[in-house]
Amino acid sequence: MNKGKAEEDDYWHSSKYSAFTFDDDDYDFTKLKESQRAVNSIRGLVEDDCEDDEDVEKVSWSGEPVGSILWGVKETASSLRTSGDTQNHGFPKIQHNPPLPRQSSGYSLSSLFKGKNKTSSFSSLLDSLPDTSMRVYAPELRKPRSEYKDYDSDWNSEETIRRMRQGKAYSLENFHSLQEKLLLLDEAVSSHNSNVITAVLIFLKRTLSKAILFRELAEREVALRHFIHLLKETGEQRILVELLKKLGRMEDMALLQYKEHISIKDENQRKDFLKTCLSLPFSPDDSTHVQDHYMLLERQIIIEANDKRTDTEIFKKHPRKASILNMPIITTLYYSCFYHYGESEGTFSSPANIRKTFRISEKQYFLTALGARAKLKQWSDVDRLCNTTNWLGYTKKKSPIGFQRVVEILHKNGAPLQVLQDYMSLVDNTEVRVSLAQKFKCHDIVINTYKELKDRQQLIVYQSKLERGSPEYQVIDELIHSLNIRWKN
Amino acid sequence: MAQPGWRDAPSPPDFSLLKRLARDQLIYLLEQLPGKKDLFIEGDLMSPLDRIANVTTLKQHEVDKLYKVEHKPIVSTSDQLCFLIRPRVATVKWVSDVVNSDKAAGRFRRYKIIFCPQKFYVCDAVLEEEGVYGDVTTDSWHFYLLPLDEDIISMELPEFFRENFLEGDQRWVETAGNALHLLHSLYGPFSKVFGMGRCAKMAYESWRELQEESEQKSRRADIGTVFLVDRDVDYVTPLCSQVVYEGLVDDIFRIKCGSVEFGPEVTSSDKSVKVMLNSEDKVFSEIRNEHFSNVFSFLSQKARNLQTAYDKRRGMDIQQMKTFVSEELKGLKQEHRLLSLHIGASESIMKKKTKQDFQELLKTEHSLLEGFEVREAIAYIEEHISRQVSMVESLRLLCLLSLTENGLLPKDYRALKSQYLQSYGVEHLLTFANLRQLGVLVEQQPGETLTVMESKVGKLVNDKTAGKLTDAFSSLAKKSNFRALSKKLALVPKSDEEYDLRVPKDMAYIFSGAYVPLSCRLVEQVLERNGWTGLEEVTRMINRHEFAVGAGGGGPEGGEKTDAQRVILVMFLGGCTYSEIAALRFLGRERGLKFIVVTTAITNSGRLLEALLDH
Repeated sequence: MNKGKAEEDDYWHSSKYSAFTFDDDDYDFTKLKESQRAVNSIRGLVEDDCEDDEDVEKVSWSGEPVGSILWGVKETASSLRTSGDTQNHGFPKIQHNPPLPRQSSGYSLSSLFKGKNKTSSFSSLLDSLPDTSMRVYAPELRKPRSEYKDYDSDWNSEETIRRMRQGKAYSLENFHSLQEKLLLLDEAVSSHNSNVITAVLIFLKRTLSKAILFRELAEREVALRHFIHLLKETGEQRILVELLKKLGRMEDMALLQYKEHISIKDENQRKDFLKTCLSLPFSPDDSTHVQDHYMLLERQIIIEANDKRTDTEIFKKHPRKASILNMPIITTLYYSCFYHYGESEGTFSSPANIRKTFRISEKQYFLTALGARAKLKQWSDVDRLCNTTNWLGYTKKKSPIGFQRVVEILHKNGAPLQVLQDYMSLVDNTEVRVSLAQKFKCHDIVINTYKELKDRQQLIVYQSKLERGSPEYQVIDELIHSLNIRWKN
Repeated sequence: MAQPGWRDAPSPPDFSLLKRLARDQLIYLLEQLPGKKDLFIEGDLMSPLDRIANVTTLKQHEVDKLYKVEHKPIVSTSDQLCFLIRPRVATVKWVSDVVNSDKAAGRFRRYKIIFCPQKFYVCDAVLEEEGVYGDVTTDSWHFYLLPLDEDIISMELPEFFRENFLEGDQRWVETAGNALHLLHSLYGPFSKVFGMGRCAKMAYESWRELQEESEQKSRRADIGTVFLVDRDVDYVTPLCSQVVYEGLVDDIFRIKCGSVEFGPEVTSSDKSVKVMLNSEDKVFSEIRNEHFSNVFSFLSQKARNLQTAYDKRRGMDIQQMKTFVSEELKGLKQEHRLLSLHIGASESIMKKKTKQDFQELLKTEHSLLEGFEVREAIAYIEEHISRQVSMVESLRLLCLLSLTENGLLPKDYRALKSQYLQSYGVEHLLTFANLRQLGVLVEQQPGETLTVMESKVGKLVNDKTAGKLTDAFSSLAKKSNFRALSKKLALVPKSDEEYDLRVPKDMAYIFSGAYVPLSCRLVEQVLERNGWTGLEEVTRMINRHEFAVGAGGGGPEGGEKTDAQRVILVMFLGGCTYSEIAALRFLGRERGLKFIVVTTAITNSGRLLEALLDH
């Protein structure tokens, strides 16, 4: 997907000065005309609507959504009307939340929907208003301007919210007392209309002190979440931090501040920023992680500076494909096992140091080191990695991830047969061992395992799969005819 | 594939009208800015636009040059600039910058922003704040619904999911209401509406109010029943690996606006090919809903048939040959092309899935769904993470674990999180915070461990007592309890029975017979009961936001109306997957119903989780 997107971007980028073409260029004007005609003909079915049509088009510039989908829908719907009777599809309201505690409201909720405004129209008043913030058009103007109401009248919160929702002119400036403002906010929230909620929040942000606003938002979850999202979108980080702090959401605040590091491109600045994050009130676990992040980048900067200039054998033979900056811990460990294996624990770039600093588990370390050394085909390192010495001084092979996975990793990296066999023979489970050996064609292991199990039948089956006359075939031949073995079958 | 339904499902209404309306409105809006103009299009609007219009259409309405919005200074020389954008603060700020830099340079142009599908209050606030309010005219292009196929309509709003469910911003609720209103006006009147979820309720309310304002016109309904489903009712389903063909193609190649780009590995040439995937593709339409294991045999059968059809031409005389060439050959060639593409895609899918040890992965998922051998599953996830296999895939498994187990044990949560951060980067702290906020990857709270105990106790006592216990405990649990839901709704079929994927017996076939998708099971159950009666326990576990409303109670008039009642629109708020669509299609065939899926966007586990990342 990413590839596709990149290509698409390229395409757009390159076509900067010329027009692009859509996929199907065979679309032609006649088709458009056709569909227009089709739509028009539907419309034509209703004669008296046609005239309205023309009228409407003339008034169009007012921002009225003439020709909007809604309008089109009405046209189409009315044209499809077969008879004049209207059916009543009375869909009921669903109770959402318990009704709001209403301190001072003369209106019932239902009055919201009845629509009781029938005052004179003052459309010209709008244009003469000097202060733009006094009048706001909500996005969708569904009703003609003739329904605008006089500003002098005292709208209560319900009425105002209703007007806002319907895209009519309104004013919030008369909501002076805190009580009125909060009523307005609660009304907005219960309308579920996020546009209205945002508008009221912006008004409150402008007219209330932060202390009061934050205190009131703390008790209003829906409004609060809208406010937080609004601040995030408009990039008002400082207020947001203040808000979270005031709400006592310390961890959220810490994470929010930590998040800023993503936008810092310069690694040294980023490192310095991460250092300032160390004192933020994260949860104890997260605090450790952020500490890790800081130390990791610090280390990566040092390693990067050194390795960029180094031209030792390993770097010449396997040039670095990318910078190590901003890579995850495990990737850094792999890198260090690849380029800095065997360095003493004292150096920042040594695997041992990284392992210790970032508390990497034995299993994880083993897996990563094995992957890196196998990639370099350093089989002796692999041996050493698996060796453990007990108190009597004997060495024994051990793998925290099981030898099956070791064999798989070695095979993926093209280990020679002998190395594969050595590790395969360490797989305890004979069934697993045999299936691994068959998969990777280690005949000796298969044969020895069956011999160990005294399973003559399986040997015969296996022989049948081999090339006649090959050394393995011979070995099996000798074995199955041997009289020294007490076969179980 | 399925057993024949008791009655053939009705055919879906014609949704091409939606495209025509959108195109005509766009043309109208472009004409509002007469004269030559340059058009800047928001990146993610390009594909949807492509489906309803093309460059010729735009040129005919005096669009001179087209640019993609890139949030950089512009190079246009035109005197009129038109911006076709989503109502996003960042984009509106960029437009303001363009206007302000023109002003600074003493340059005069006309500017128009067309917001799709609607303008938000905050957009005006930004224009005002940047001092360009009045310099820029604004309009809205109400392009709410894009039909992707005969039974899929997308709102193409992937951001709906994050903004609504993670940020708690209800800005798209009204949009969903408007979309419903449009559908109702064109294909209604709906006679029943069922819903589950908070957002569903609000969208319904928003639509109902529009409904009250507008005139009622009676027409014969095409669609009778409507379902509104919040995505947060069921996160398990979209997080499972998809194994029906269409879902797999989406997981691997990412279907975009109903079209997919197959790379060279599929086309076995050096070119990529873009293909529309819908019911018009005869090959695709037969395999899209099939479990992947059946696809190969189907394709090879198809190839043999094709060969036979080609072979017919042997021994033809000139006249027959002429007819063959003029009538059949083109169709055969077309089929041939499609067949080889889908064979190529299947091979490529096989290769990729074998490489990542898909079988093991599915086994782990199934044990999580069943709640069986969970420790082994955790070990598998741990290894997945320590090997740094796909970042999103690891996250997906962690979320599935948390959702099915009702949270991770604190010890596991800490260990897995640390390991995850080590493997994929410490900045994923932010991802974990988001996932916790959404409730899909959480630590078990002391109270919630009760539910673990409950399931243990449940095994010891008889069913009735267990039921009572479930009641008692689920009221304690904050989040839905997947295990209890699964038991109540029989989501996980008994594993001891052989499941024949070629002859599916229920919707579980979309997950290899291991799991019936919760979202679709709920739809099925509500339809069966014609409401929520008898599902009280279930609704308690999905957070009690269910509703069912039926209109007037006017009886159906004759046979015509029942057809509409068998056309059921299911609207997913927050996205749905192709697997869920396949399950509903199956249900439709079984019951003689036609399901129309409306979704805010097509989603899958990758998209869902990527939406929750923070960089």
